[in-house]
Amino acid sequence: MAVDTAPASGSSLVDPGQGRLPSWSTGAFAAGGLAVAFLLLLALGSPTVAGVVGLGAVLFAVASTVASFVVEGRRRAVDRLATTLVSGAFLLALIPLVSLILLVVGRGMESFSWTFLTTNMVGIFGDMTEGGIAHAIVGTLLITLAAAVISVPIGLLTAIYLVEYGRGPLARSITFLVDVMTGIPSIVAGLFGFALFTLIFGPAYRAGIMGAVALALLMTPVVIRSVEEMLRLVPNELREASYALGVPKWLTIVKVVLRTAAAGIVTGVMLALARVIGETAPLLLTVGLVAQMNSNLFEGRMATLPVFAFRQYEQGGTGIDRAWAAALTLILIVMLLNLAARLISRWFTPKGAR
Amino acid sequence: MALTTTPRRSGTSPDGEHVDAAAAVRTAPTGRLGSKVFAGFSTGAGILILVTLAAVALFLVLRAWPALTASSEELNGISWFQGDSVAEYVGPLIFGTLLAALLALLMAVPVSVGIALFISHYAPRRLAQGLGYLIDLLAAIPSVVYGLWGALWLLPVVSPFFQWLSGTLGFIPLFSDYQAPARNIMSAGIVLAVMILPIITAVSREVFLQTPRLHEEASLALGATRWEMVRQAVLPFGRSGVISASMLGLGRALGETMAVLMIISPGLLYSFHVLQPGQHQTIAANIAAKFPEASGLSVSALIATGLALFVITFAVNFAARWVIARRAEFSGAN
Repeated sequence: MAVDTAPASGSSLVDPGQGRLPSWSTGAFAAGGLAVAFLLLLALGSPTVAGVVGLGAVLFAVASTVASFVVEGRRRAVDRLATTLVSGAFLLALIPLVSLILLVVGRGMESFSWTFLTTNMVGIFGDMTEGGIAHAIVGTLLITLAAAVISVPIGLLTAIYLVEYGRGPLARSITFLVDVMTGIPSIVAGLFGFALFTLIFGPAYRAGIMGAVALALLMTPVVIRSVEEMLRLVPNELREASYALGVPKWLTIVKVVLRTAAAGIVTGVMLALARVIGETAPLLLTVGLVAQMNSNLFEGRMATLPVFAFRQYEQGGTGIDRAWAAALTLILIVMLLNLAARLISRWFTPKGAR
Repeated sequence: MALTTTPRRSGTSPDGEHVDAAAAVRTAPTGRLGSKVFAGFSTGAGILILVTLAAVALFLVLRAWPALTASSEELNGISWFQGDSVAEYVGPLIFGTLLAALLALLMAVPVSVGIALFISHYAPRRLAQGLGYLIDLLAAIPSVVYGLWGALWLLPVVSPFFQWLSGTLGFIPLFSDYQAPARNIMSAGIVLAVMILPIITAVSREVFLQTPRLHEEASLALGATRWEMVRQAVLPFGRSGVISASMLGLGRALGETMAVLMIISPGLLYSFHVLQPGQHQTIAANIAAKFPEASGLSVSALIATGLALFVITFAVNFAARWVIARRAEFSGAN
């Protein structure tokens, strides 16, 4: 990164003869900005944390830029302002992340318990606080698994085609359309699953597999891209060594290329799973929601965590608590998948392959 | 600008020798059958992708067909239907979809470019990767959780700000007549902006990191400050990347369902009153809201609106990918 080679802004030879703000000035302006913001808001009424930090940040940006303009000149002042804005953008993005995680964990823990995880919603109505998400967890896992069963073989083979065989316009158009496919809205994928199955099995057909097909449509391009990435990282020397020993191409791919890239492929698949496991809209359209356990993917509606959370939120009352707890469970599953994926790629990647 | 055409991963793409070796093996007598079968399977999988994409369009058209050809009396038999044809009904929805996505884009792009610059050129190098991962975490959060967060946390937080905005700038029609709770398109836009931040940041960051080192160093050697270096070397180099990243973000914002569904109070108007509830609705949220109770012709009508969304997002993504494909090899999927 260029930052390392750039002279520290304190020692470059910009505008010789100009003064420099001391290094502690940044901290001083920040503290001053916050203090003034607090006092101002106190004078106007009630200071809130958001108000003090927001106004303080604006005051800090203005004060440090003006001071820099006076002491250091225009160019440095602009540079300082840009640094403030760029860092501010990053801090701004942390607000939703931090608040969301605190909120989900805080509100989710309220009704999160072993009973909640192991019961279903049969016989729960009105303001009852009982009930749980066992059926939704089973449904989510089954549907996501089915989506993986559909999309992983297709994704893997397509990636192999693109890396090992594909030349010419067909490969180029597949690469391009895979990229375009990553942008298909999830609700359109849901409509596709719905249209496909209702045209074949009649308009009243509802089953977990409809949702699985919709999720597979969303998952396949992600699998293809990450597997493709991993296959391209396999050094050509390995392939050539295998060919030199007289091993046919398909065996080389299976025994050498796939084996070398195995960890990366597993990681990619898990990240793809983590991406689709939280999809709500396609499942809302196809699979719907039921109160009891249904572990048959091919018949009847199924409950899934995202749809459950949404419906409980819509219902309001005690449902809101269940929605948060279901959201917490969902996020825990997603984070576990992400973490497992990172650990697998760290532990099992062959040395020298990356 | 010779450097700009150098692919980033030139070292890992198959080189000429490899192709020759592959050709030699393909014609070798041993393992011919296995190779043929395997090549057939993987080519078939590739073609299946093309078939699937065509099937999506085909099945949507098939299911939407009854509504597309229905008379206006038949369509008005649907309780929620407004207008005389599907095209008339979908108009305000397309307007709402585009407005929400544009609001999201207006908020997300400057912040994303800032974050991308922060990670690529401002943050200490050792921290940069971890910070990037932190932003990527935003992409891992399920949309329904964003919906919950937006509806139950964000609305009360932004409400006083909207109140102030409407009070001070209310003479501009855009901001007039705010009413709490903030179930308006602006709040939906904020949540969408958070949701598309990671993709725009990730793609922009990639482009910024590809800026030729020599350009940056030349700029610094001439005495530029860090910001001047960014403006002279990094931003011009990354401009097309940022544009296509924004279009990818636009594609996501257009198709996002749950956040809008859970926040917005719907209406079917061509209205620019972004702080008023009951004015707008997006295609995706409208489908999700009406679909579970729909049957018969109303299903077809909703699928027809979904077809419109598919065409719009396909066009946006197609354009974005086309811009990206012309310059480098990366995508939102990796």
